[in-house]
Amino acid sequence: MNHGPLIFLGIFLALAASWYGTVVAPLLQFGHQQQVTVGAGSTRYPAARSGQAQRGKDVYRANGCFYCHTSQVRQSGVKFDVVLVSAGTNKAGLISAALLIKPGITADEARKLIEQTPKPLLQGVTRPEADAAAKTLAIPDVKFEIILVPVGGDVERGWGSRVSVAQDYLYEQPLMLGNQRIGPDLTTIGARQRSAASHLLHLYNPQMTVKGSTMPPYRFLFEKRKAGPRPSPDALQLPAEYAVEKGFEIVPTEKAQALVAYLLSLDTQLALFEAPMPTAPKQPELGASTNQTSAAAFTNTAAANQPAPK
Amino acid sequence: MAVMFLFSSALIWLVIGIVLGLISSIKLHGPGFLSQLSWLTYGRVYPASQNAVVYGFSAQALLGIALWLIARLGRVSLQGPGMIVVGGVFWNFAIAMGLVGILTGNSTGYEWLEMPRSASSLLFFSYALIGVWALITFHMRRERQLYVSQWYLLAALLWFPWSYSTAQLLLVVSPVQGVMQAIVNGWFVHNLFEVWFSFLGLAGVFYFIPKIIGQPLHSRYLALFAFWMLAFFGSWGGVYADAPVPKWVSSLSIATRVMMLIPMLAIGLNIQSTLSAHCAILKTNMVLRFVWVGAISYLLATLLGIVGALRSVSEVTLFTLYTNAITNLQLYGFLGMVVAGGIYYIVPRLTECDWPSTGLIRFHFSTATLGVALLVLPQLIGGVLQGIKLNDPQVPFLSVVKSTIPFLGMSTLGELLLLVGNLALLVNLLKILPACCTCCLGRVSNSTPQPKAVAVGGRI
Ligand code: HEC
Repeated sequence: MNHGPLIFLGIFLALAASWYGTVVAPLLQFGHQQQVTVGAGSTRYPAARSGQAQRGKDVYRANGCFYCHTSQVRQSGVKFDVVLVSAGTNKAGLISAALLIKPGITADEARKLIEQTPKPLLQGVTRPEADAAAKTLAIPDVKFEIILVPVGGDVERGWGSRVSVAQDYLYEQPLMLGNQRIGPDLTTIGARQRSAASHLLHLYNPQMTVKGSTMPPYRFLFEKRKAGPRPSPDALQLPAEYAVEKGFEIVPTEKAQALVAYLLSLDTQLALFEAPMPTAPKQPELGASTNQTSAAAFTNTAAANQPAPK
Repeated sequence: MAVMFLFSSALIWLVIGIVLGLISSIKLHGPGFLSQLSWLTYGRVYPASQNAVVYGFSAQALLGIALWLIARLGRVSLQGPGMIVVGGVFWNFAIAMGLVGILTGNSTGYEWLEMPRSASSLLFFSYALIGVWALITFHMRRERQLYVSQWYLLAALLWFPWSYSTAQLLLVVSPVQGVMQAIVNGWFVHNLFEVWFSFLGLAGVFYFIPKIIGQPLHSRYLALFAFWMLAFFGSWGGVYADAPVPKWVSSLSIATRVMMLIPMLAIGLNIQSTLSAHCAILKTNMVLRFVWVGAISYLLATLLGIVGALRSVSEVTLFTLYTNAITNLQLYGFLGMVVAGGIYYIVPRLTECDWPSTGLIRFHFSTATLGVALLVLPQLIGGVLQGIKLNDPQVPFLSVVKSTIPFLGMSTLGELLLLVGNLALLVNLLKILPACCTCCLGRVSNSTPQPKAVAVGGRI
């Protein structure tokens, strides 16, 4: 019995099927995503990176930071906040509504609650609860918003405010999501730590800035050189016990500067249609028609993502 | 000769790979270790070690076993041994280039495809050289009846060039956009491990076990059934549950991953039924022991992979050491042990010499088995604990880091044991080479596989 050709054909089919299903089909579906405009239509997302930050990404790749750091936020679900934006004129009606929504409180507390706006009435409730509250609050003149809040370990650790989606990675080349969290997620590190100087100190010697850190030091991205009559402006401000000998200073190389520029560029996560996130409640005078009767139209500034005009 | 060349250079890469792995492993609990040298920073040594073990050792040694099996089962001599040696030289050259590239910071940034483009093109070219002569040998076979192992081998020979070239084209040559890169990368890695390596390794398992116990495989049909299941479902996965891609892509991955339970059970049952009446041989025959541990590691790794892919489990285990544990179980537990068994079985038949030291073989077996256990178990347990803590925002990040350190320490120890064990194999091999130089050159250069009376299996 000679099955050679049969095996050959079968294998070909099997490979072709998986190749089509996992490579070609997704490629056809979303291999050509585009920049979108979010918010009022003026912000394009994602933005392309500046030259220095892009070079910094190269340093990130060359030194394999992604073997310890992920660049992807996960979320386990969403909760809702009900925020009072403007109390309006019908105070009595609002107080009784507040008592209904929050059964545990006294009338006095309810009065205090609505004194200042914007004020969260309910936090972290489920969708049906938020909807019920919306019905109760449907009093003419009272303005409130229902805000969607992503939840999950990553979000609570402050690694991001929403789940990462395909749109976020449009311009990543190469894409380095990482698959180990030996260190924290870096999706929004530029927003968490805005100081370039702190980043440089941390890279120079993580154990110096974070006791017990297991991140390797990147001293080879720095140069030790003779200090001139005046210390150079970008020399590291080392604490006394880590200082180098007198007359010398540690300065970051171009690579270190670029790497930090890259880290600082990781600071935006905008609300997208497929990944909404909380936006600060609008001030009453700005809020146009926020009197919503259902949570169906929850705050999501990007509800109408449009492909950006070319 | 060709096969011996592949074996010896594979072992050298294994030792290099484990040494690099040991360095990276130490760095995880002692970040100051060798930290002045840019080319030895964690983010470079770690991928270098992985690439050395995967392409330098596993792939090369398995190709050696595959060539021998194809010739043996087809009752022909290996065709084009000269070209295969040339291919092997290029292969090793490509890996050396690739590792230097990674260590000097020229990695591509894609997992398991880190070698820079020049190295990967050369790798592909040398694979083609070896693969073509393997296919020609297969075609020239005198024994037309195909044994199960040949199915697996034939599939494997074709699988690698397709998935490797697709991945290279879509990631390195003309890169696809955004998250498509993650999908292609995941698809490649999954195919590399779940299909290519599985096929090569299982071909060995299905050959050596029946051969050594002198009984036919329990069920040929069960093995072929597993073959088709692996081919059709094994190749789909690779995208983890929470990947930032449309849900259907990851769901498809998970669903096909769960289907892998079926071939896994079929393979397990088949091996179990073949062996059950002959467990006594396990006590005396070292080759069988190696292959047996390899087979068990395969089943375990597959099972852990399936469990880890489920959405609810993946919520905890994703991004933790759990992932490393599975990879290490596949690399050192499954492939490492099957290859070692294969080398212990094949080399005496090629060189007509006995292994100089059976003590070293026993020593290798104990250290390697213990090493795999010490490497994998702590990562498994530590990974799950790490995942639980990571998901609890009340636990400060640094204490998550600290809690993994004892587990990482144990893994380092496991890696050290693996190094010692495999050095024993290398020493044994280096001893056998000069002793048999005459016969190597005289007879093996035409690699006529002759059924030899030297019952290595029986004696060691
Ligand atoms: C061996 C693993 C490892 C590697 C490689 C690594 N890191 Fe880290 N990183 C850590 C750990 C652990 C922490 C947490 C402790 C700390 O802050 O130092 C951390 C923390 C950080 C932080 C602070 C995060 C926060 O939330 O405050 C930044 C920024 C960072 N790393 C950047 C980098 C960059 C850039 C590279 C590559 C040049 C890199 N890391 C390579 C392990 C690693």
